[in-house]
Amino acid sequence: MKVYEKIIQLFLFLCALIAVLGVILITFFIVREGWPVIQKVGFFNFIFGRQWAPTQQIYGIYPMILGSILATLGALILGVPIGVGCAVFLAEIAKPKVANIIRPGIELLAGIPSVVYGLYGLVVLVPFIRKTFQNQGFSILAGSVILGIMILPTIINISESAIRSVPKEYKEGSLALGGSHWQAIYKVIVPAARSGIITGIILGMGRAIGETMAVIMITGNSTLIPESILSPIRTLTGNIGIEMGYASGEHQQALFATGIVLFIFIMILNVAANLIPKKVGE
Amino acid sequence: MNIKLFGESSSISSGTVKKNRITEKIFFGLLWAAAFITVIVLVAIIGHVLINGLSHISLQFLTQEPENMGKEGGIFSSIVTTVYLALFSLIIAVPIGLSAAIFLTEYAKEGLIIRIIRFGTEALAGIPSIIYGLFGFVFFVVLLKFKYSIVSGGLTLTLMILPTIIRTSEESIKMVPRSYREGSLALGATKWQTIYKVVLPAAIPGVLTGVILGVGRVVGETAAVIYTAGSSLGLPNSIWRPGRTMAVHLYILASEGLSKTNMYATATVLIITVFIINFVANRLIKRFIR
Repeated sequence: MKVYEKIIQLFLFLCALIAVLGVILITFFIVREGWPVIQKVGFFNFIFGRQWAPTQQIYGIYPMILGSILATLGALILGVPIGVGCAVFLAEIAKPKVANIIRPGIELLAGIPSVVYGLYGLVVLVPFIRKTFQNQGFSILAGSVILGIMILPTIINISESAIRSVPKEYKEGSLALGGSHWQAIYKVIVPAARSGIITGIILGMGRAIGETMAVIMITGNSTLIPESILSPIRTLTGNIGIEMGYASGEHQQALFATGIVLFIFIMILNVAANLIPKKVGE
Repeated sequence: MNIKLFGESSSISSGTVKKNRITEKIFFGLLWAAAFITVIVLVAIIGHVLINGLSHISLQFLTQEPENMGKEGGIFSSIVTTVYLALFSLIIAVPIGLSAAIFLTEYAKEGLIIRIIRFGTEALAGIPSIIYGLFGFVFFVVLLKFKYSIVSGGLTLTLMILPTIIRTSEESIKMVPRSYREGSLALGATKWQTIYKVVLPAAIPGVLTGVILGVGRVVGETAAVIYTAGSSLGLPNSIWRPGRTMAVHLYILASEGLSKTNMYATATVLIITVFIINFVANRLIKRFIR
């Protein structure tokens, strides 16, 4: 009987290790495939190289790094105020009836597949930008708007639960001192919930920088360095997503190398999210 | 003197209160606007797809094979591929995820190993789907020679949905009251018997929630699937054959501009699937909170 129990425990332990094994395998194979190109080109030439011409064996992904960063920044500029605002609204202002209508809506927003966002961007947003600014429409702006929408559920959900976990006494104390509800919100509640809100924003960044299909459909995928918010861009994810379909040999390895850089970005965000203190008020 | 002071301070504070009232109104208005924008965006996207797609949904569209690269005909093989992939990945991910959750909640003691496992699970959840696509391609498709197939796609998706299954299972197992376990142990049951006969049955709704959320992830996934399960049309007649999921089909229809009607109709089917998934998941979550 004892032995039987031990075997089960061992089996459960091994299952728990599979997630870790998965991360190790993924890291190992992406690095193994991508490293030769980085080694050949040189790490700095690879990430600061301004030209991407696989047919001439020139691999510089600076435009894509810039593209990813700009699209993500744009998404944050749009998504953070609306997301945090919506979270404060749900936690502090909305009557339960209103909140119970909005919350399932946000879950729905989280569940919509990224291709559907891409589709909406492609048939509604891009033509709108094209008409308004008399350009090609595929742009940083289009990518930022759609990504800004896509990160809303992440920011709203995590921020709302952070705001809700602020002890009632904080708010009551502020109100008892004669502060208005709004003063309580922005001087006491939001600062106390800031670590949770920042975690939400970081995870939203992760989602934006890792998004592929929607971005491919609306950013134009040009490998030139963008000149304005209306220029087309290609992101790191886009670079992989577009060219994986036909790349082979060294070109394909260069796409895995792009994956390494993307992976580094994501890991930095993951570690950052883990470093943020979890407790209220810290 | 006292009265005068009181009068002064009250007049000042009534002025500040008034000013505060106005600031409060303005900022509350902005918060309302933030929530309003969120809802409007949701309604705009879903409305746009449903208005353009709902009228093209028919029994034929769901049961006919795509013809002429998907320009005509239905999406039957894409529905089948999606179902195959969801089933395949769940059949593997659920037992592993549930076992991992049992280990983490019932056996593990806080320490380095647990922290590593937790970090691994979180990291897995944060990896972008295109990276899964790259990994699945080089590992399952090329190295293990599974080619573009349901197996390659399904195993890649297994890794993707594992964190979700582990988390929801863990949460539901934690919800099972201590007294259940104590009662079972007091009756002389072993630890595993207690888990198997008492804890697990009570945790089933939570596990099902994980399953439903996993299905949602599989249905909506494109980047990880297109380079592992492939994108070829036609019914996969075995798990070693490639297929094209609904999301991949939609991507190809939209980006190649093949057919607006079929594009909107496919998007509508996807959105309705998401509706159903969210509805069922909410029902389950409500049940296991009670």
